[in-house]
This record gives sequence, C-alpha cells and structure tokens, in this order.
Amino acid sequence: MHITLRVWRQKDAKSEGRFVTYEATDVNEHMSFLEMLDVVNEGLVAKGEEPIAFDHDCREGICGTCGFVINGKPHGPRPRTTVCQLHMRFFKDGDVLTIEPWRADAFPVVKDLVVDRSAFDRIIAAGGFISTAIGGAQDANGIPVRKEDSDLAMDAAACIGCGACVAACPNAAAMLFTSAKVSHLALLPQGQPERPDRVRSMVARMDAEGFGTCTNHNECEAACPKGIRVEFIARMNADYVKAGASAGRRAGGAPESAG
Amino acid sequence: MELKPNVPSGPLEKKWERHKFDIKLVNPANKRKYTVIVVGSGLAGAGAAASLAELGYKVQCFCYQDSPRRAHSIAAQGGINAAKNYKNDGDSVWRLFYDTVKGGDFRSREANVYRLAEVSVNIIDQCVAQGVPFAREYGGLLDNRSFGGAQVSRTFYARGQTGQQLLLGAYQALERQIGLGQVEMYSRHEMQELVVVDGKARGIVARDLVTGETKTHLGDAVVLATGGYGNVFYLATYAKGCNTTAIWRAYKKGAAFANPCFTQIHPTCIPVSGEYQSKLTLMSESLRNDGRIWVPKTKGDQRAPNQIPKEDRDYYLERMYPSFGNLVPRDVASRAAKRVCDEGRGVGPTGYGVYLDFHDAIGRLGKAKIEEKYGNLFEMYERITGENPYDVPMRIYPATHYTMGGLWVDYNLMSTIPGLFVLGEANFSDHGANRLGASALMQGLADGYFVIPYTMGNYLAREKLTPVADSHPEVRAAEDAVAARTKRLLSAGGSRPAASFHRELGRIMWEHCGMERDKKGLEHGMGKIPGLREEFWKNLRVPGSGAELNQSLEVAGRVADFLELGELMCLDALERDESCGCHYRTEHQMPDGEAKRDDAHFCHVAGWEYTGDGKKPIRNVEPLTFENVDLAVRSYK
Repeated sequence: MHITLRVWRQKDAKSEGRFVTYEATDVNEHMSFLEMLDVVNEGLVAKGEEPIAFDHDCREGICGTCGFVINGKPHGPRPRTTVCQLHMRFFKDGDVLTIEPWRADAFPVVKDLVVDRSAFDRIIAAGGFISTAIGGAQDANGIPVRKEDSDLAMDAAACIGCGACVAACPNAAAMLFTSAKVSHLALLPQGQPERPDRVRSMVARMDAEGFGTCTNHNECEAACPKGIRVEFIARMNADYVKAGASAGRRAGGAPESAG
Repeated sequence: MELKPNVPSGPLEKKWERHKFDIKLVNPANKRKYTVIVVGSGLAGAGAAASLAELGYKVQCFCYQDSPRRAHSIAAQGGINAAKNYKNDGDSVWRLFYDTVKGGDFRSREANVYRLAEVSVNIIDQCVAQGVPFAREYGGLLDNRSFGGAQVSRTFYARGQTGQQLLLGAYQALERQIGLGQVEMYSRHEMQELVVVDGKARGIVARDLVTGETKTHLGDAVVLATGGYGNVFYLATYAKGCNTTAIWRAYKKGAAFANPCFTQIHPTCIPVSGEYQSKLTLMSESLRNDGRIWVPKTKGDQRAPNQIPKEDRDYYLERMYPSFGNLVPRDVASRAAKRVCDEGRGVGPTGYGVYLDFHDAIGRLGKAKIEEKYGNLFEMYERITGENPYDVPMRIYPATHYTMGGLWVDYNLMSTIPGLFVLGEANFSDHGANRLGASALMQGLADGYFVIPYTMGNYLAREKLTPVADSHPEVRAAEDAVAARTKRLLSAGGSRPAASFHRELGRIMWEHCGMERDKKGLEHGMGKIPGLREEFWKNLRVPGSGAELNQSLEVAGRVADFLELGELMCLDALERDESCGCHYRTEHQMPDGEAKRDDAHFCHVAGWEYTGDGKKPIRNVEPLTFENVDLAVRSYK
C-alpha cells in the first residue's frame, strides 16, 4: 500500500506550524497506524531529518497517551479504537491522510502532534478522588454495592483520559472526561460524602482551564475509544444542580483550595 | 559487598508485626522536614508517593509520561490476588504464601513473600475504599476468579482492566496530594543519574523532556519504582517507553542488581506478524480459565481450525498436566508452546502460534457469559488480528512480559545504597524465579501502600542527614556525567536510528537468553553484544538537539543502557548453572523435561556488583533459607 500523509509539523509551542507531505510506501495491512509512522520516522532519521513527534506508550489502547486527528476524526475512522490499535487494513492504497494534533485552547501544542493535556490532571486533583488515607479501611465486603451500580461505575471509570472527546467537540468541552469521573465516584456508596463538593470543584476547575461548554453535539461519544456515553454528562449536570442547593457547606470553597 | 537481608527474627507470621513495632518512628511534626524523591508513578510509585505524602513527608514524584496516570501498571488486565478466602475454598495467607514461593521455584525470600501475602488482604480493602469498581456478584459482594498456579479463586478483578482501575485509584490518591500541595509532580521528566553523597542516595538528575533542561533534585531519600526491563528483548508486552535507565544508573552507582536473568515469558500473547512490529500485546492469562489450548496432532496440518476434528487435536497442557491443565504456571505453559511449535505443529502464518479455543466454553456457558467475562479482550484481539475469536480460535504465542530480577533490596526494600529504596517490578521482588498471575499488581501496591510508609520512616529516623548543597562535588559530577552522555548520543554522527540497534539486541536476547538457554548460546550472545554496542556508538544517528522535545534522544539513551544490561543478563544466566522457574538451562532438566534445580549450589540470590565499564562485575550471593516450606520439586501434574 502507498499512503500520502499530510502531517502537522510545529517545532514548539511558540513556533508557527504547517502541514508537510510525506509518502509512506510499502505499508503492510497488519501494521498499526503508529507502526506505519515508525517506519516513516526511521526513514526521516536515516535522511538526517527530524522525525514526526507523537505521543504513544502502551500501544494497546489503555494508557491514553496516543491520539491525533486523522482526516478530521480523533483517533481516525474506526469506532472505539485508539490510533495505536488502528490497523492499516482499514485504509486503502492511494489514500491521502491529513494528520494533526488535538485542537483545543486547553491543550496547547508541545511539538508536532504532541499536546499538553495536564489540564486533565488538574481536574482530577480538584476532586476526582475519594478522600481516604492508606491503611485502616474496613473489610472490602463490608461495603456491598449493587451489581448494576458497580457495572455502570465501571463503564464510566473505563475512561483513558486521551482527550479525544475534547478534540471532537466543536466547543472543545471536557464534559465527557469530567462527567466520567464524577459519575464513577457518584455511583458508589464510598463516593457519597464528597459527592456535592466533588462535582462543584471539578466543574469549576474544568471551566478555569479554558474548556468550552457542552451544547449537546454528542461528538465526544462518537469519538471516545472506550465508548463512554453522554448519559454521564446528564448525570453530572443533575448532580451539579443538586450540589448547588447545598453549596457553601465547606468553608473556603473547594475550587480555590485545589490550586 | 555484603547482601544483608535484615529479616526480623521470630516466627514467620509474626515478623512483620514485630518489625512494625520495632522500627523507629518520625514524629508527625518532623515529617514535613523530609523530602522523598519518588521516580515512577505506577502502582508502586504512585502508591508510595501518595501514602508518604499522606503521612506528611514532602514528596517529589517523577514520571516520563505526560501524566502519572499512564504508567504501564495500567495495562495489567487479569486481576490482583488476595488471601481473603471469600469463597471459602480453603484459601489463607499461608496458602498464598506457599503458592507464591512454590510458583517462584524456591528462589525468593520467605519473609518477604509472607509479608506480601499478609498485606494482600489490606490492599483489597484499601482499593474498595478508594472506589475501585471491582467486579461484583448480584448480592453486591466482590467476585473472584481463578488464575494460573493456584487451585483456589482468590483473584479480584475489574473486567479485563484491573491494572487500569487500581492505577487510577492510586493516581487519584496521588492527585489529591498534589492538589493539597504535599506532592510536587514532575511529568515528562526522566531520571538520568542518581546522586550519592557520603554513600547515601540523596537525589537524582532528571531531564525535562519538553525543554531538555537537566536539573538536580535533592532530598533525604530516593525511591525507584520504575518498573521492569523486559524491553531489553525489544519485542515485549511492555509500553514502548519502559526502560532500565533508572535502575541501571543506580547499579553503576553501587546498587546490586539481583538475578537479572529472571525474565518471565507470558504464554498468551498475540503472535508476531512482521518485521515492523513494535510491540507484542498480551491477552490476559485469565483467558486460560475458559479457553482450551491445542495444536494439531500431526505436523504440517494445514486445515482451518474448525475443520480439525477433536481426535486430531492435541490439548497438550491437559494431556501433560492433568490436575492443573490449562492453568499451569506461565513458564511451564510458555515452554510447552515453544516445544510444540519447534516440533512443527505450530499454527498461523509464521508457525509460531498455538490455538486458544473458546468453542467449548461458549457451548457450556453461552456467548453472553463469555462476553461479559472477556468481552474487551475479544474485542482487542479482533482489532489487532482482524479475526473474531467467538468463531475462530485465538492464536497465541509466548512473549516477554515481566522481570523478576531487578535491584537487590533487603526486607525494608532498601538497596545496597543506603537511602535508595526500590519498589515494585524494579526490585528483585518476591517472585523468585517465576511470578504467578495476578501477583504483580499485588506486589506493586503492597510495596507502595503498606511497606514503604513504615520502612522509610525507620530509615529517616535513624540517619543523621545533613543538607546537600547544589554545588556539592557529587552533584556537579552527576550533572556533568549526564551532559557528557547526552552530547555523546547527539554527536555519534552515524546513520542508524537507535531503534535498529534495539531490534538487533532484542533478537540476540530472545535467541540466546530467552525461554530456553544453554552455555554455548549464552556465550555466543555475550560475545555479540559488545560489538553491537561499539557499532551503536559509532553509527548512531540522533537528529535534533538536547534543548527541546527530542524523542530520538530519549530512545537512544534507553537503548544505550539496554545494550549494557543485556550482557549482564547473559552473564547471570550463564553462571546460574541450574534450571529454576523461568530460567531454563537445557543442560539441566528432569527426564520429563521439567526444570531441574540445583539447591546444593544455587539456592541463593545472585547480586551483581558493578566494578567499572569493561570489567567483569562481582557476583555476590545472598543464601536463601527455607524454614517454613520444604524445597520440593515443583509439580503441576
């Protein structure tokens, strides 16, 4: 297979970027998309050119490190598939593919296809946890959880934090990501004491990071490689409204203290 | 160098309890005066950073990934063991201890393994308190599954993503401490050198992978939780970034490297498809609960698997090991697969594959049940291979998956450099010569949540540490060494990318220091590596500069260290002139082909001591004594 790649090249956060065209020849259908890029990069290095920088690590679709936009679609054309597990058998000889990084104000470009997603970490630090210290937990079976609740919590917890939802959203909103964590913890009995504070703090942090607002395009769900559903956004919104009623219980307010 | 295990006296089941009482404590008000540096943010690293920060220590945590949530613990699929005995099927701390010692083929330290089994029950409690969504039964209680090497159901799981959920639990605990200002997080930073002052570990030199800036970070103790070094084989189930650099730098600063040749080959991975292959993907071992492994009885049987009738199939594990069947430990299953393929009975385009067949299980339990248990694994398999495992049996082949070897640590998890603690897969671990399934997650969290919070305090309370200045000669020397190394990598001036050397090293290691080893092959491998290393430094090409995000430079630095480690692994495998667990020397086998240990000469840990580049390292020994179990011949028949 022969594939033509138009790749976004940008030296660093401050430099201007542009598309550069590369030809990938002898592409094997069993290669993953990233393996195809590896081969292109080895060719560039042999010629003394700088390889295309892209984030990747586990290459089995679970770490959430990889991701870029292929022909306008985050993680490319296959549903529920990260680019590391996207195989070339889904493309055809002669395809021209435009590859660019996640586009969002809250995800500044670091280099080429690499973006800074640390805003996600800060959203979690604002409240995406259960405040329990290590040691002294009660026996695990002392907290029974309805299987349905546990399964639904697991559906939400499956988020890999790749950022495709933000890249897919016309408003660059992080609602799917944030709501997945809010819902995971809100569905479990262990998550109840902090439930109102959590949703308020995380939403406040999300807004402060410069993510947009949700206007129900549902593009995030279509792009999510783990099939996280927009119903979690509805859950989060409901929780947020409820939490508003009990606002101000915690002195000082959580968002500011999360720094 | 002396390898002093510092195991507390007294009966096995009282050792940890007694030790926790005997150790010195740091007054709560004084804890904030200490800074602990944690390298790595997987289960062990994030667990340690979070739990030390909760106690009040100041923590600086480093990871090379863009977020601590991405550490490779996240990829563990199957589960985590704990001796809860919720199933009332005869499990106990003692049985988990025994299974682990036996599974490791009697090459682990009894007291460490017992402690691991003991705290396993606390781990599950802790994770549930954190909100880890473990699988549950309809009554709302936790579900269990069984796993290789055990005859009880003691494995807790969260679908096929147990590692992900446990890591996110630890990550969330860590982020909470970051939010509270107790942990300073350095993502996209890679440790390049260990700073040792007056014989004690006091800091690290790390490279900011975005700006290229190298900076020294000083503290009172250093924790390495940087994972295993299986990527020395190039093709492995590790994340692409996993590397040996942190532990290798520490080795060269005086930390003993224990049993480097103990590398685990996992039996159920998706076979290699071509030369461009960048990594191998593991299919959880839990699949062996319901899948049956077979190959055709006759060599060169080209029929499609569904066309081969039962009588022409060889369910070789069930045939050879009737009591454990498809659930024999990993090393046994891996070697058996290699043998049937070497006999020419392998399947798939390369002939290096065996079938893992769910046809019977689907018939027995229904497709829906199988989908509930393994749905995401089946999906992953189909995504990679383009074949649907509900209809066609999976093809699997062994691949490097875990390293039992690592930096030597004592009972307190401290290396031979005082103040340098090593946790999780990075240490030589509690798994002896072979690790049982669902035990890596257990060890990572045990070390991070339940051991280091105690033993770190004990160290800090006993030592009188004076502050180290940034201008200290040892600090300067470490920084200079890093700068010189980076310059050398950038200016090699050749034409080959680092990855091409890595692939070549991987082939040498897989061929000569892989699943089966012998004297001749190991000597051959050892002979090849120095030449490859020389070629690396002569013909390497790293484009770009050191003052920017430069992924080629990152890879080159890691490959340079693998090129040194590979040789030590061969040397260790050569000098361990016995077979045990994963370390299978073809010269030492039982009449039925099982590994034949030599307890008279090798019932010990080999701890290698660095003596300088180009010089043979010294092989130090920690004798292993078994007071509570009999050294038996491991049998799974």
